[in-house]
Amino acid sequence: MKLSKLFKSTALALTMAVPFAMVTTTAHADGERYVLVSHAPDSDSWWNTVKNGIKLAGKQMDVKVEYRNPPTGDLADMARIIEQATASKPDGIITTLADFDVLSGPIRSAVDQGINVIIMNSGTPEQTREVGALMFVGQPEYDAGFAAGQRAKGDGVKSFVCVNHVISNTVVAERCRGFADALGIDLGKSMLDSGEDPGEIKNRVLAYLAANPKTDAILTLGPTSADPTIAALKENGMAGDIYFGTFDLGTEIVKAIKEDIIKWGIDQQPFLQAYLPVVILTNYDRYGVLPGNNINSGPGFVTKEALGLVEKYAGEFR
Amino acid sequence: MSQTQTAATPDERVKTRSSFHQLLIRPELGGICGVIIVFAFFMLTAMDSGMFSLSGVMNWSVVSSQFIIIAVGACLLMIAGEFDLSVGSMIGFAGMSIALLSVTFGLPVWSAIILTFILCMLIGGLNGWLVIKTGLPSFIVTLALLFILRGLTIFGAITATNKTIVGGVRDVAQGDWLAPIFGGKVFTGAFQWMADQGWIDTFSRGVKKGQPIVEGIPMLMVWALGLVIFGHYLLTKTKFGNWIFAAGGDAQAARYVGVPVNRVKIAMFMFTAFCACVFATAQVMEFGSAGADRGVLKEFEAIISVVIGGALLTGGYGSVIGAALGAIIFGVVQQGLFFAGVESSLFRVFLGVILLLAVILNTYIRRKITGEK
Repeated sequence: MKLSKLFKSTALALTMAVPFAMVTTTAHADGERYVLVSHAPDSDSWWNTVKNGIKLAGKQMDVKVEYRNPPTGDLADMARIIEQATASKPDGIITTLADFDVLSGPIRSAVDQGINVIIMNSGTPEQTREVGALMFVGQPEYDAGFAAGQRAKGDGVKSFVCVNHVISNTVVAERCRGFADALGIDLGKSMLDSGEDPGEIKNRVLAYLAANPKTDAILTLGPTSADPTIAALKENGMAGDIYFGTFDLGTEIVKAIKEDIIKWGIDQQPFLQAYLPVVILTNYDRYGVLPGNNINSGPGFVTKEALGLVEKYAGEFR
Repeated sequence: MSQTQTAATPDERVKTRSSFHQLLIRPELGGICGVIIVFAFFMLTAMDSGMFSLSGVMNWSVVSSQFIIIAVGACLLMIAGEFDLSVGSMIGFAGMSIALLSVTFGLPVWSAIILTFILCMLIGGLNGWLVIKTGLPSFIVTLALLFILRGLTIFGAITATNKTIVGGVRDVAQGDWLAPIFGGKVFTGAFQWMADQGWIDTFSRGVKKGQPIVEGIPMLMVWALGLVIFGHYLLTKTKFGNWIFAAGGDAQAARYVGVPVNRVKIAMFMFTAFCACVFATAQVMEFGSAGADRGVLKEFEAIISVVIGGALLTGGYGSVIGAALGAIIFGVVQQGLFFAGVESSLFRVFLGVILLLAVILNTYIRRKITGEK
């Protein structure tokens, strides 16, 4: 008997709640509509900056923007989302090219149906051209790693460990390869597959540094691996002593730069990767103007000297 | 007088049920109601969003078909009283196995597919054998396999190719006889004809200009339909189907009346693995690459579809048609929310609410039927 009551009240609550949630999102239907499809799972907080970026651009340009992602980060699901976005006939699609084999078909199909596509974040200029997208907005990963390596070499670094929390992402691993090449050493044993769990990452970094105490430098590939590494260095007393650089920014990273634990952070400026495509697509649709080349959103080096704005907006726009 | 009265009075031992009540007895009822509600809902909220255009329909149909393929296996296994949590890992494992065997080791694609099917069904059989032999809950045994298979997939990919995404399957599958059965499309001629008649949209630019946006019915959907028909027939029209119900309802009682419970359960584990392998093969053939992280959490999506479709988690009750309807609800809701423009962070909230609502509805209906209090 109780159950039937519960059923009725749940159904009632739902019929009232659902249309309300719908209304809030389909507010202005007139303006152009752009969909950004990322490859990031729900748990990846780094993409929050991207969400804020398109939101701001949508507001400034007075267009409708939508953010879509595969909840578990499954790229085959992402392909379906791109197909879905195409079927909903937006004015433009902004997407990443995390796996060319899987995504090139759906993207090509969108382009051929007359939808403008801009590739952001992951992918190469060659792949962008091949799928027929307008341009690529992102950070060339190998070059960014190489630039960081040159900087470290100038500071006297001879060996390093790359704490890689996304071993499955070959593009991100390019950062370590560029870094190793700039130092003129073999990447081989310097790559540490850390996993994604903060506890695991911390312990693996501790174990690696205990086994290889002569390591000059640490390179982390994002907040996911940087935050636990900071904790590990604080624990084993190497904080501030070992040369520590990281890709991407976040609240903890900014704090560590301030405390001299991290020497520099490389910002690929995801805000620009989301903001610029919306602006570019809108202007292209409205006035037919288009920049003539791909745009490098990074690398931008963030050091202790230039922390003011970064600190204020870390995790939100930086 | 008294004679006519006795003739009109029905046998008091047989309880009468209204025809409406009779209808409620079907385990699919919840699923049918759910499908109607879901479609009505999206017709109202997302009608002009392209959801019901041809390419939109194709989009959610393909996603639903994917769910159906794994839901049929999970449904039969659940009715037989067991769970398989290794479905998602099996999908990743099977896809990687095909890619490694064909691309890296140079086997012809058809033999890579067949070998992978054999391998997966053996692992499915191992799942079943372990559950039977150890007497442990299948929840634990298959949870172990979830980790083992995922780990092996990553390990195999890394050691063989140094990468976690193995591409190039599309190139080696060119001209293969077995590959189109999983990754091909049928009725392409009909769609081209409809495009020529101007009934359906065509590509407006590029190398495919003039070709229809929807080229044909993907084999994925044919497989889904085939598996539903097979599963439904097996469950409702054969002796083996009765054995499945019996094994899940009360295994000991079933053994007493001579049902080979162990054999039934192991066969169902193998069938679940087979379904996962179909899913993986179709995916690899369509996208041309296998990734070590494919299929994450798919086991839960399969189980959710089955539960929405009215099956009991405890076994012995459920239907394949119901599971298929559950998969359709799941697929339509998942893609429909995108069409309706719902904020993507609310996506899981909606899924959770729908799951809860479906289960409450199903339980409510079942208690009404069986008179349970």
